[in-house]
Amino acid sequence: MRVGLFVTCLVDLMRPRIGFAAIRLLESAGCEVVVPATQTCCGQPGYNSGEQTSAKALARKLIGEFDGCEYVVVPSGSCAGMIRVHYPALFKDDPTMIDAVNRLSSRTYELADFLANVAKLKHIPGRFSGSLTYHDSCSGLRELGVQAQPRALLSKMPGVSITEMREATTCCGFGGTFSVKFGEISAAMADKKCQHIAQTGADAVVAGDLGCLLNIEGRLRRRGDVHTRVLHIAEVLAGDEREG
Amino acid sequence: MQVTAMHFKRKAAENLHNEKLQRALERLQSKFVDSRAAANAELPNFEEIRNAAAEIRRKVTENLDRYLLRFEQEATARGAVVHWAETPDDANRIVADIARQYGLRKAVKSKSMVSEECALNDHLASEGVEVLETDLGEYILQLAKEPPSHIVAPVVHKSKEDISDLFEKKHHRTRTTQIAELCREAREILRPGFLAAELGISGGNFIIAETGSVLIVTNEGNGRLTTTLPRVHVAITGIEKVVPTLEDVTTLLRLLPRAATGQSITNYVSVLTGTKGQKETDGAERFHIILLDNGRSRLLGTELQPMLRCIRCGACMNHCPVYQNVGGHAYGWVYPGPMGSVLTPAFVGLANALDLPHASTFCGECAVVCPVKIPLPDLMRHLRTRQMEQRLRPWTERAALGVWSWMARRPAVYAVGARIIARLLQLLAGDKKRLRYLIGVSGWTKGRDLPAPAGRTFRDLYKSGKSS
Repeated sequence: MRVGLFVTCLVDLMRPRIGFAAIRLLESAGCEVVVPATQTCCGQPGYNSGEQTSAKALARKLIGEFDGCEYVVVPSGSCAGMIRVHYPALFKDDPTMIDAVNRLSSRTYELADFLANVAKLKHIPGRFSGSLTYHDSCSGLRELGVQAQPRALLSKMPGVSITEMREATTCCGFGGTFSVKFGEISAAMADKKCQHIAQTGADAVVAGDLGCLLNIEGRLRRRGDVHTRVLHIAEVLAGDEREG
Repeated sequence: MQVTAMHFKRKAAENLHNEKLQRALERLQSKFVDSRAAANAELPNFEEIRNAAAEIRRKVTENLDRYLLRFEQEATARGAVVHWAETPDDANRIVADIARQYGLRKAVKSKSMVSEECALNDHLASEGVEVLETDLGEYILQLAKEPPSHIVAPVVHKSKEDISDLFEKKHHRTRTTQIAELCREAREILRPGFLAAELGISGGNFIIAETGSVLIVTNEGNGRLTTTLPRVHVAITGIEKVVPTLEDVTTLLRLLPRAATGQSITNYVSVLTGTKGQKETDGAERFHIILLDNGRSRLLGTELQPMLRCIRCGACMNHCPVYQNVGGHAYGWVYPGPMGSVLTPAFVGLANALDLPHASTFCGECAVVCPVKIPLPDLMRHLRTRQMEQRLRPWTERAALGVWSWMARRPAVYAVGARIIARLLQLLAGDKKRLRYLIGVSGWTKGRDLPAPAGRTFRDLYKSGKSS
């Protein structure tokens, strides 16, 4: 099947190896992966800041770019939720767009969800040995029901043991622009998340959204924890652990 | 109540550093979050009841005028007097007039958030009516001269020790830190107040259209005393609290206590209908019901209409990670947490509560736990949109978004911009691969490092055929 990869702006800018890990995983599941070259942002920052016009413009752009794909896969529950849940809301009063929007939305998946439920990935290509704790990112969890899928995939890896943290489903405090606008509240929320991670004693904390990971990693390091690894689930599953 | 919602950020920052408050807020998890989960787990058909409850409340907001008129008709037929108050001032004036009309100088009051909207106690004091709060939490706050920080547990921000200190100072008795002793002490002080009171003021959790009844749920019994001992009872509540039938209210009552405190039912559920009948031995001789609008009807027909479904359980704040960290006072008006982030700007004006619709990560937990399925994040987003349309956001924020969106629509420009930023941040970060400070995002770097980018963007690497 032909799968369009929406890399997301954060992965593009901050940690490209997540994008390559996602490609490796999708190819392992037998997908043909296309990466539209002109993709940028799904429009979520504008949408959640009350800037509907720019959000719509970026949504239109993305819809056009992924038109020919059987599925759209996103290594982020937040951006996938934007496309799947919020694009239809954004265009609910626009009869010229609604068909195209629904066509795209219903075919859009968060990466772990897609690998587990649609592509049904059997053999995990990567290797990882150590203990992990999984943080449930908010949009993936509450908008898309991503909870069992990443754990099911990780538990197929022979070297991996999962230790659940307390309040794994509680927000880490990222929230996009919230993390800058309300930095102190955001850092306090991240700090609680870090305490719960530390209590597990896990070697690494894993999540499906780079935004949460940057937030958690930033707070862990500021707390003086330089050892706990902070990884995107694609990095673990694809075993692409090289620093890059 | 005075609106200080404009100071959310400053107040929140203060509260984050208030260790006593932080310890008090830690109780939310076990006291409310865990107990709600356990109580809902008892219901095999929780989602069905929730759907039914949401539907009842939706139907009410669609036909609010009809149910309110029916309520007025039924309540009047049973001897009550229904007053319509458009503003808090109207409500205050009506209560003061009632007190004057019957010559009432001593009042007892059970918990009412609507009376907090009106700052009713202050107004009555200025009219020479002495008001004694009888809900334990509200009584403590009256002694401490503080506003509530939670709609169900108004005193959640205080520790047992704070209350012991307060009681010792105000009651001039031997200090005790035993909760049962503290309760007994309050009861002993309150009891003569009940017996002397001529006026009882209560809220109303629901008002029932088909019977003209006011329903209140309480745990302490003070509601019963307040509404039945004094010869005049004034119930004050919001116009949106109407429900069509007794049957409907039983559906809502299966969820309200569970959502609020994790109880399957509160200790008391009082349905107050009409005045004391000729052959009845208790109840108020006069029953006045004040229905406050204060901006509620303005929400009808707008995107915010679903907010009128709210049954004031407080689950959204109990489960909100922002509320859990900053406490209720930071929100600067009567209603804190996600429901307050919608209601405060809606009632007191968008420009007077600029931060509140933004005081959420949109984690979505509030919508998940809301017993009447109010899409709180969507409503906050709607308020953000209205703020943006009215140019109420700071110009720096609007400019940053404008630049971002302009670039994101131009892939070639965007690629160059991303390339420069990725390289620049990588260089600034150096060997440690993280930044401790970055101009423009100091909000982030004050409490966190910023992990550095890899140095080259995905798009550049992908184009050049490299995989990392």
